[in-house]
Amino acid sequence: MEVLVLKGISKRFCDDQAQFQALSDISCVINKGEIVCLMGPSGCGKSTVLRILSGLESADSGTVCGSEGDAFHPGHTAMVFQEHGLFPWLSVYDNIAYGLRMKVRKISKEQIAQKVHDLLSLVHMEEFANVLPHQLSGGMKQRVAVARALAIEPEILLMDEPFSALDPFSRHELQDEVIRIRDTLGTTFFIVTHNPEEAVYLGDRIIILSNRPSSVRKEIQVSSPRPRDLAEPEMIRLVREVTGDVTSG
Amino acid sequence: MKRVLPILKGLAIPVLVIVIWQVLSMYIQNSFILPGWETILPVLIHPAEPLFGGASLFENSIISLQRVLYGFLLAVVIAVPLGLVCGWSRSAEDYVNPIIQILRPVPPIAWMPLAIAWFKIGFGSLIFIIFIGSFFPVFISTIEGVRSIRIRWLEVAQTLGATTLEKFKTVVIPGALPSIWTGLRLAFGVAWMCLVAAEMLPGTSAGLGYLIMFAYNLGQIQVIVAGMIVIGVIGIVSDYIFRIGQTKLFGWQGKE
Repeated sequence: MEVLVLKGISKRFCDDQAQFQALSDISCVINKGEIVCLMGPSGCGKSTVLRILSGLESADSGTVCGSEGDAFHPGHTAMVFQEHGLFPWLSVYDNIAYGLRMKVRKISKEQIAQKVHDLLSLVHMEEFANVLPHQLSGGMKQRVAVARALAIEPEILLMDEPFSALDPFSRHELQDEVIRIRDTLGTTFFIVTHNPEEAVYLGDRIIILSNRPSSVRKEIQVSSPRPRDLAEPEMIRLVREVTGDVTSG
Repeated sequence: MKRVLPILKGLAIPVLVIVIWQVLSMYIQNSFILPGWETILPVLIHPAEPLFGGASLFENSIISLQRVLYGFLLAVVIAVPLGLVCGWSRSAEDYVNPIIQILRPVPPIAWMPLAIAWFKIGFGSLIFIIFIGSFFPVFISTIEGVRSIRIRWLEVAQTLGATTLEKFKTVVIPGALPSIWTGLRLAFGVAWMCLVAAEMLPGTSAGLGYLIMFAYNLGQIQVIVAGMIVIGVIGIVSDYIFRIGQTKLFGWQGKE
């Protein structure tokens, strides 16, 4: 079942001197519970696609529909950024509770506490509830950022190069975490990455954008069973294919 | 020893100054130019004793501190909200900025004649001077605090469902607070200096600045020196309190 249908999304940016067309015609479909990786040459507007979906930018033309064809509401998404973006003055607990405390949610204190504790254990951060973000490692911060985004129960979790600033070990840990969360909660993931190995390891499907002004150049279905092993010939072949498609713009 | 050494280093020069002072005063033998510590110390050791048949050193200090606190708090109550709004809204800043920039370089003491005309000699005019002195540091660092807030934090708040008002309450204010605190610390220092200067002007009848001028008229130089030491000590202690607050409250600053 599809949760997100993008049709002909375009976006032009203007500043004082220049204007340029970032997205010319982005159309794609994302299905419930899928992990979709979005790739493309740098500067092609991958992040802009996520920012449009999250409501931080608006598209110039095109439509974004949710399930059953209704207009898609950004409130159904949550975003995880490359640098965690945790509020440094709030404890891990309060960071995760942040979205739940907004007026739109109307959730009682007890429910919030329950929810935050569930999320803390989901990302294995129970002992760190009262710690401030600056006392955590990069990987731990990103776990908290993921928990904070999951707290508002988004239909789709948007991630903008979420693990690219992490060391390889934390990166692999968090990639497996994404797969585990999808398997337990059924969350849909839409992940921008510039790392072909990451896309092939994580993605059920990989969408590759062309150079600016960008449109969808190619979609690759990755049907290898999990857990995947990047050393297998099929995986190596896919990484090569994706790399080639991205670099040839 | 590692912890004691910097303290010893810091004490070295004051001790040296006192020793040289004492030697010179014994040599000069003129208490109008350089009173000896044997006359200054008794004033400091008995701060509650009435001076010149009037208020004691301690009482004068309390009066000065009270005035500073009132004027300072009045400035904070007005400058912080105004700074938050001006930092947040370009348009508000466009309105307010020119007048602020013109008034800011005017030394607070220059307002004294107008202050007396408007609020009469005494409490009201002194509070006004303190207010003027502490308003600008607080206002400007509040604006700076709001400006320094990361766009990313606001975007995160928005994607998590925060309304504009909620963003203001949960991101802008806590994010600007460390800078506001720095402003408070600066402002308190300025306020304290303005007050003592204002108290020295004719017409006041209490406070540390008054005490110093009164002692000058009576030729009691040792009281002047004692008063200056008390002014310095109160300045250091209040600054120290603000610094402790900074590390206790905003330990996260610069580490995220």
